[in-house]
Amino acid sequence: MNKDIPNSSIRAVEARGLEKTFGEQRALRGVDLTVSRGECLVIFGPNGAGKTTLLKILSTLVKPSAGSVRLDGIDIRDKPAQIRRRISLVGNQTFLYDNLTVYENLKFYGKMYDVADLENRIREVISWVGLESRLHDRAGTLSRGMQQRASFARAVIHDPSILFLDEPDVGLDPHASAMVSDILGNINSGSRTVVMTTHNLERGVELGDSIAILDRGKVVYQASREELSKADFRQIYDRYTETGR
Amino acid sequence: MNKAFTKIFVIFWKDMLMEFRTREIIISVLVFALLVLVIFSFAFGTGIDVTEMTAPGILWVALTFGGVIGLSRTFAVEKENSRLEGLMLCPVDRAVIYWGKLAGSFTFMLAVAVVVTPIFLALFNLPIFLPRLALVIVLALTGFAAVGTLFSALAVNTRARDIMLPILFLPVVVPVIVSAVKATAPVLAGAPWGDMLTWLQIMIAFDIIYLVAATLVFEFVVEE
Repeated sequence: MNKDIPNSSIRAVEARGLEKTFGEQRALRGVDLTVSRGECLVIFGPNGAGKTTLLKILSTLVKPSAGSVRLDGIDIRDKPAQIRRRISLVGNQTFLYDNLTVYENLKFYGKMYDVADLENRIREVISWVGLESRLHDRAGTLSRGMQQRASFARAVIHDPSILFLDEPDVGLDPHASAMVSDILGNINSGSRTVVMTTHNLERGVELGDSIAILDRGKVVYQASREELSKADFRQIYDRYTETGR
Repeated sequence: MNKAFTKIFVIFWKDMLMEFRTREIIISVLVFALLVLVIFSFAFGTGIDVTEMTAPGILWVALTFGGVIGLSRTFAVEKENSRLEGLMLCPVDRAVIYWGKLAGSFTFMLAVAVVVTPIFLALFNLPIFLPRLALVIVLALTGFAAVGTLFSALAVNTRARDIMLPILFLPVVVPVIVSAVKATAPVLAGAPWGDMLTWLQIMIAFDIIYLVAATLVFEFVVEE
């Protein structure tokens, strides 16, 4: 699926001067962001910081008011359909159809993405998320945690090279939330690039190769994991999200 | 092109499967349409004069307002759980999503018409086998589905979507409703083709114009 990705020196995600306004409100105020291939960038920020808007722009769902985004070296405005083959998004909404079984949901999305050998692919992704026994149950009958696992299976059915995760652990109990990390480990064993937003500082720092803090529509802090410790990060987060208040 | 047709069918099949499981659109539209038929047939009676004057209108009131109820669910089901975003993330042209949803809307309305029309004909003591009426129904429902699918996508992002859809939809489909009523009258009266030709032409023109226009503007309706 990813064989047509351009050469490896190109950044997986490259956003320059991203701005987004909704009426009078400026949700993003010039966001610059680069993520290397296979890297996991975790973005933190308070509610209303612009995290979801940023991920929606990166995943082609929303057009920016200004600025540019290149994914795998391709400008998202030029070839949106080609870009969409390479990306996926998991939010706190699962995009699943409650009245279809997990299998039917995966088959639907697999066909929409022209996934080859779909039956085997469904078996593969469903084993990654540990839902084999519930494959033929209706999505609406699953618990919230299980639905989110099915959503992860849905998201990787077409083997995207870039995965956007928008607070995927919201509404999950601690056990299910921890499982999200395990699933990320399973589905990310290759060279998938991940951009994730979360409020869970500890888990985010654990998962991320690099960390960014978004506040009031701007990236106010960015560092690699090696540059900080979990203990320090809480203080850093508090300091940067209080800036100017 | 083949791939686009496959995707349209995949979306259509998904909608059929969901409706088969819940039957929420078909049942509610069917009940509404049948109630309209029964109420009007009792209100106006079923004499020969009354049938000629009112029957075409009664049939199209039932199918039009029943259709609005069904169309309001077309994109409401995609709005729940942000499924529309899931569809929008798929590597397909937005027009493919429109045609997939349109195929579903048309099929639901046609299924209702297939049940309602024979009952209507029986209630008004009319012959059951009227192929020309089938043509009128297909042309009118195509127009309804073309406009209704577009406006359903537009209305789903508004707060009062159930009110918004009829307000947007009904004024635009007036030419189809009028043409359908006018074309149905000669069919029921057993008049020749010539009496309905103009109205059929208007419906064909309307269908083509709105299918093309809606295909082109759908992208701007669903994208934020």
